[in-house]
Amino acid sequence: MAQPATVTELNPEQRPFYHELLRQMLLIRVFEERAGEAYAQGKIGGFCHLYIGQEAVAVGAIAALRPDDYIFASYREHAHALARGTSARAVMAELFGKVTGCSRGKGGSMHLFDVERGFMGGHAIVGSHIPLAAGAAFACKYLGTDRISVCFFGEAAANIGAFHETLNMAALWKLPAVFICENNRYGMGTALERAAAVYDIAQRACAYDMASEVVDGMDVLAVYEATRRAAQRAREESRPTLIEARTYRYMGHSMADPIHGHYRTKEELEEQKKRDPIQGLKRRLVEEGLLDDEEYAEMERRVNQEVEDALRFADESPDPDLSELYTDVYKE
Amino acid sequence: MPVLTYRDALNQALREEMQRDPNVFLMGEEVGVYQGAYKVSRGLLQEFGEHRVVDTPIAELGFAGIGVGAAMAGLRPVIEFMTWNFALLAIDEVVNSAAKMLYMSGGQIPIPIVFRGPGGAALQLAAQHSQAFEAWYAHVPGLKVVAPSTPYDAKGLLKSAIRDDNPVVFLEGEMLYNVRGEVPEEEYLIPLGVADIKRPGDDVTVICHSKTVAVALKAAEELAGEGISAEVIDLRTIRPLDTDTILKSVMKTNRCVIVEEGWPFCGVGAQVAYEIQRGAFDYLDAPIERVTGADVPMPYNKHLERAAKPAVSQVIEAAKRAAYAD
Repeated sequence: MAQPATVTELNPEQRPFYHELLRQMLLIRVFEERAGEAYAQGKIGGFCHLYIGQEAVAVGAIAALRPDDYIFASYREHAHALARGTSARAVMAELFGKVTGCSRGKGGSMHLFDVERGFMGGHAIVGSHIPLAAGAAFACKYLGTDRISVCFFGEAAANIGAFHETLNMAALWKLPAVFICENNRYGMGTALERAAAVYDIAQRACAYDMASEVVDGMDVLAVYEATRRAAQRAREESRPTLIEARTYRYMGHSMADPIHGHYRTKEELEEQKKRDPIQGLKRRLVEEGLLDDEEYAEMERRVNQEVEDALRFADESPDPDLSELYTDVYKE
Repeated sequence: MPVLTYRDALNQALREEMQRDPNVFLMGEEVGVYQGAYKVSRGLLQEFGEHRVVDTPIAELGFAGIGVGAAMAGLRPVIEFMTWNFALLAIDEVVNSAAKMLYMSGGQIPIPIVFRGPGGAALQLAAQHSQAFEAWYAHVPGLKVVAPSTPYDAKGLLKSAIRDDNPVVFLEGEMLYNVRGEVPEEEYLIPLGVADIKRPGDDVTVICHSKTVAVALKAAEELAGEGISAEVIDLRTIRPLDTDTILKSVMKTNRCVIVEEGWPFCGVGAQVAYEIQRGAFDYLDAPIERVTGADVPMPYNKHLERAAKPAVSQVIEAAKRAAYAD
C-alpha cells in the first residue's frame, strides 16, 4: 500500500498561517459539536452529517486554493463552506432552515451554496457531484482562465460509475481538476474493505493515467502540500490529480446513526482519536515553539464566541416567507 | 421559402446559436468526427472546432454531469444524447442536479443547458430503443420539456431552448429527421410554452405533439370527409403547458381527443385531461378520449409494433366516439 506523505519541517515565518489552519479546524470542530447539540434539540431537521475528525482535509486542501477556484463537495460539507470563508452565521442559519442561510433555507445541511466564494454546493447523491466539478473544470479551460475546480467526496463514492466516467474524461481532456477522496474508511456502516476490491483508492488513478497521491488526512500540512502540488499541476499543466486523504470520522454517518456498534468498535474509534488532526497540529506547534498555551486559549475563546454568535443568529433569524415556496424553480 | 428537413433545421439552429454566443457548445457521442449519429451536427466540427464540438466516450451519466457543471460555471451547453433511451443512465444529473440546482441554492445557480436527442419509436428497434419519455421529464419542476413536430418548429424552439436560462429537455422525433418543411431564411424564435393550432376546426379538438401531429392531421383530413371538423393542436412544449390554447379550443368544440406516443399510465394526456376538466368542465359534451402507445414494452415483430403505436384509425374512432358519431 502506498504510504502517505508527511511534512517534515515547519517554517517559523509561516506561524500566522499555521495558526489560521489551527483556528479553522477548531472552528469546524466546535461548529459541528454545537450543530450536533442543536440537532438533538430539534433545531436542525433532516439529515445532518458531521465532519468531526476529518477537519484537516477540508482546511488543508482549501488553504492551497485561490479564492476564485471552484469547490464542490458532498453532503458532509459544513466544514468546506466554513474553510472557504462562508460565515458561521450563514452556515448555521442554513442548517436551521432560515432565510438568512447561505441557500436561503431551501437547501439545508446537505445543500450549502456560496457562489460568491466559488463554493458550488453540497450535493447529496453519492458521487453525483464528481462530474459537476469536472464540468466546472471544463468551463475554466474552455474560457481560457487559469481557475481550477476541486471536488471532495468520500471513499464510497469511488465505487460509483460517475467517479470512473469522470476520471476518464478528466484525464482524456486534461481538465484542470483536483479530485480529493476523503477516505474515512466507512460508507455509512460498510467498511471500505467490504465494498471495494481494491481499497487503495489512489491506485485507481492508474486506470486513467492520472497523477495521484496518498496523504495523511489527519495531517493538515500534508494535505495542504499535496493539494498545492495538485493545484499547480491543474493550473499550470491543465492535468487532473486524484488525492486520497486517509482520515477518520468520529461520529456516526449522520446524526441519525450510531457512532459505533455493528460496523466498528469503540476501541477502534478511541485508537483513531489519537491521530486527532487538531491535537496533532497543536502539539507540533507547541513543541517547535510556534504556539503557546495563551495563544491557544485565546483561539478557543474566539472560536467559541463565533459559534455561539452563529447559533444565536440562526435562532433569531426568520423562516423564509411562504411566498418563497414557488420562487427559484425557474429562472425568469 | 427554403424547404429543409427537420434534421437540417436543427442543424441550422445549432449553427446560428453557436455563431451568436461563444459560450454555447455541443457535447455528446459521435457529434464531431462522425458528424452526428443522426447527422444533426453535420459540419459543426469543421466550423467550430473540437473545442466547441466535443466527442465523448459512451458515458451518459458522466458527460451529462459535466454539462451541468459547465453550466454552473457560466457556459451554455447543448448535450446530445444519441437517443433518449440512453439518457436513462444520466437521469440523475438531469433530475437531481440540473432541475434542482437553482432551487437548492436559493436562486444562486441557474442551469442554462439543453439536453437533446431523438426519442420515440423508430422501426423494429424493440423494447429498449423505442420509448417516448416526455411524461417522465415533464413531471419534474425545474425542467422545461419541448417536443417539436415540424422543421419550422424544431428550429425556432431549439434556438429558444438554447437561450433559455433553465434546463430544457428537447425531445426530437427519431422518425421526423427526414420530414421536410418550409423554414424561413431570416432569423426567428418560437417561444417555449406556446402551442400551435396546426389545423383549425369546430367539432372536436385533437391534442398531440411530436410524431403524433402527423397522425392527428391525417385523421383530421379523413374526418373532414365524413363531415367532422377537427381542430389539431400541437402542444410543442409539454412543460410549461399552454393551457390557454387548449381550453379555448375545447370551449369551442366541446370535445377532445388527446394523442401521444408514450404509455397511457400517468402520461402527458392524463395531465392535459385534468387541465381540461378543471378549466372547461361545463363545456364538455363528451368524455375526453385518449389515444396512446400500447401499455407494453415495444415488441420487435412489425405487426405487433404497428399495433402498439397510435394509429390514424384509432384517432378517427376516438374522435367519433367523442362526437357521438360512431
